[in-house]
Amino acid sequence: MVCTLMGLLLLAVFIGNIIVEGIGRIDWDFMTNLPSRRPSKAGIYTAMMGSVWILFLTALISFPLGVASAIYLEEYGTKSRLNNILEINISNLAGVPSIIYGLLGLEVFVRIFGLGGSVLAGAMTLSLLILPIIIVATREAIKAVPKSIKEASFAMGATKWQTIWNQILPSSFGGILTGVILALSRAVGEAAPLIVVGALAYVPFAPSTPFDEFTVMPIQIFNWVSRPQHGFSINASAAIIVLLTITFLMNGVAVFFRNKWQKKVKW
Amino acid sequence: MKIREKIIEALLKVSALVTVLTTLGIILVLSVQSFSFFQEVSILDFVTDTEWTPLFAQKHFGIMPLLSGTLIVTFIAIGFALPVGLSIAVYLNEFAPKKFKNIIKPILELLAAVPTVVYGFFALTVVTPFLQTIYPDLGGFNALSAGLVMGIMIIPFISSLSEDALSAVPKSLREASYGMGSTRFQTAFKVTVPAASSGIVVSVILAISRAIGETMIVAIAAGQQPRLTLDPTVPIETITAYIVQVSLGDVPHGSLEYKTIFAAGITLFIFTFILNNISFYIKKKYQEKYE
Amino acid sequence: MEVSQENNKKIKLQASNIDVFYSHFKALKNINLSMYENSVTAFIGPSGCGKSTFLRLFNRMNDYVDGFSMNGDILIDGKNIYDNKLIIEDLRKEIGMVFQKPNPFPKSIFDNIAYGLKIQGIKDKAFIEERVITSLKQVALFDEVKDDLNKSALALSGGQQQRVCIARTLAVEPSVILMDEPTSALDPIATAKIEELVYDLKENYTIVMVTHNMQQASRVSDYTAFFYMGEMIEVGKTKNIFTKPEHERTENYITGRFG
Repeated sequence: MVCTLMGLLLLAVFIGNIIVEGIGRIDWDFMTNLPSRRPSKAGIYTAMMGSVWILFLTALISFPLGVASAIYLEEYGTKSRLNNILEINISNLAGVPSIIYGLLGLEVFVRIFGLGGSVLAGAMTLSLLILPIIIVATREAIKAVPKSIKEASFAMGATKWQTIWNQILPSSFGGILTGVILALSRAVGEAAPLIVVGALAYVPFAPSTPFDEFTVMPIQIFNWVSRPQHGFSINASAAIIVLLTITFLMNGVAVFFRNKWQKKVKW
Repeated sequence: MKIREKIIEALLKVSALVTVLTTLGIILVLSVQSFSFFQEVSILDFVTDTEWTPLFAQKHFGIMPLLSGTLIVTFIAIGFALPVGLSIAVYLNEFAPKKFKNIIKPILELLAAVPTVVYGFFALTVVTPFLQTIYPDLGGFNALSAGLVMGIMIIPFISSLSEDALSAVPKSLREASYGMGSTRFQTAFKVTVPAASSGIVVSVILAISRAIGETMIVAIAAGQQPRLTLDPTVPIETITAYIVQVSLGDVPHGSLEYKTIFAAGITLFIFTFILNNISFYIKKKYQEKYE
Repeated sequence: MEVSQENNKKIKLQASNIDVFYSHFKALKNINLSMYENSVTAFIGPSGCGKSTFLRLFNRMNDYVDGFSMNGDILIDGKNIYDNKLIIEDLRKEIGMVFQKPNPFPKSIFDNIAYGLKIQGIKDKAFIEERVITSLKQVALFDEVKDDLNKSALALSGGQQQRVCIARTLAVEPSVILMDEPTSALDPIATAKIEELVYDLKENYTIVMVTHNMQQASRVSDYTAFFYMGEMIEVGKTKNIFTKPEHERTENYITGRFG
């Protein structure tokens, strides 16, 4: 009974949050406006474009890396010492605060690689951040493929890679996709590591190459929240609605794929 | 064909090794910069000085204020999230009808997916003004609001991990308790929860680690005034918020001020690393119990 | 123990002095057996006696089991298949396998049967289609599924699925087919169909079949080997094994005194 009350309290709090966002519904054509010193003129166009770029590049980098790593861990060298170390390491990485990844990205990608505060540096940093998520999800998906399928494939004279490419990956694809989308949804909401890497708070243009400077929606929100004028608070609310919509949409799509895939996996 | 297979295996192995490189990279970057930092600032000062003012004219480099800021917020967060999260876990696992479960669980998943900037905004613009109606002396930036909202953020974390721990408790234990005439409530709290305690402890430790490393909520709502205090109503600064503060500013690369973020970072890293590994150890040690 | 030589029949598969270990456990002890081309040999014996393990030596499927090691030789057409220089993938194109629980791939019927050709790199669509149809006809499934070869193989009945699995191995034109209790998961009608198929296939293929069902062994096989606790107790023409076995244990098993 006490518990139910607490659960309801939480719901109330959450709904309260949403109601507050309702204030932001006023601005709507500010999606195509560039940021400005005047709250009423400011738009989220550059931030949105930055987020899109980040999303795209991060997916490009982390997807193959994550899936390849997971395949290696699951199908090659199982139970070896190296695998043990890799697994423990990945568990640890999953618990490292995101801002530390920012520090890593700052020194390695921004300074040593000389990429500056570019979209590419940001994407590479976020890729490392979400890599453990993708690896774990992919491993789970691969584990779900019945051994009998692998056995049949080997018995027919397929090599290890042929079996992986022709049987295991197609069968586990739904689960992998779910994991990747969830990981990217997390990346879209990240601000701290990107701030450290040098995403600017005030960027009057959208990136046109991976080497351009950029900002993303969460940072734009952060910037507006830090300003005293009430107008910016409204902007922040509106931007939050957009960000949440994107986040929930991505999560929804991921869950959709997960359900679809789980139905398929009824051997 | 054999060569092709070997090449593919090598490529896959290299991908997996990127994770190792990442860890090495983190450790190296933090260590090298911190080492350089500690050439100029003694470790003793770092640990014992009660002020943190690297950006002021009169520089102090004591980590304690940032640490206390981090810990106050974390403490408040866990203080709020643990009972609520645990109650939800117990309720969902032991009492809740399926329909209720099917509503609450997706909501919890959604809560876990919300970007932390949004929580920060919520803390600053809703929670703080609200609390100020109760306690007018509350600072516009303070640890309490940030802590409570951070608590909300961690609730899904604690509840889902605890729920896993609770459902791993064998049915036979519960049945034995019912068989002796205990009520559901008694069984839940006197048998099942203690039996799942290692899993619950693990969830709490991981939640603490998460809270310590959280950035945006505190950067927005807790303040930028490093201060060694236990008072949750005044502005403070956490380690993470400090790093953000410096990153937004114009600190020249290679300067002492620049290196402070790595010194702060390595402190943060050490804390979370130790916490995470304690939780892994506990998980491993007690998991065998029910296998 | 060797089967008495028959005129004109070539020895296809030969096992000499086989010991198999799983870590320290000795699963097979000193097995010697020759099997003839274009015949059906049945392995019978109680659960856990090692007959499946022995079967899997011939396509090296035991290689995937942790702790597996072996002494002795396995020769196919006189060639040692455990030689280091042997390419396992080529071996498995010669030696096909059908498993106890039908395990078609989660793909269409067509893609299932074409799989073996696909992994060999064969791209000629006409050739593949022809092979698929031939294989389906061989297993007497073509008429039942010809209207929709793109249907998922998983949508078929158990017996049909098993025939898809057999067609799948036939499509690469092996010379030997290993069957590990191929009908134990099927109903009697499906079982009868598979047995009929095996009888037809032996004209062109060498078949080795592990079975739990003695009646099946006596119906379908030319030779039968009886395994017990990792040893091969007796082997001979099926007729003889079932009417006048030489060993008491064989007789006890066949007459159902233990199972």
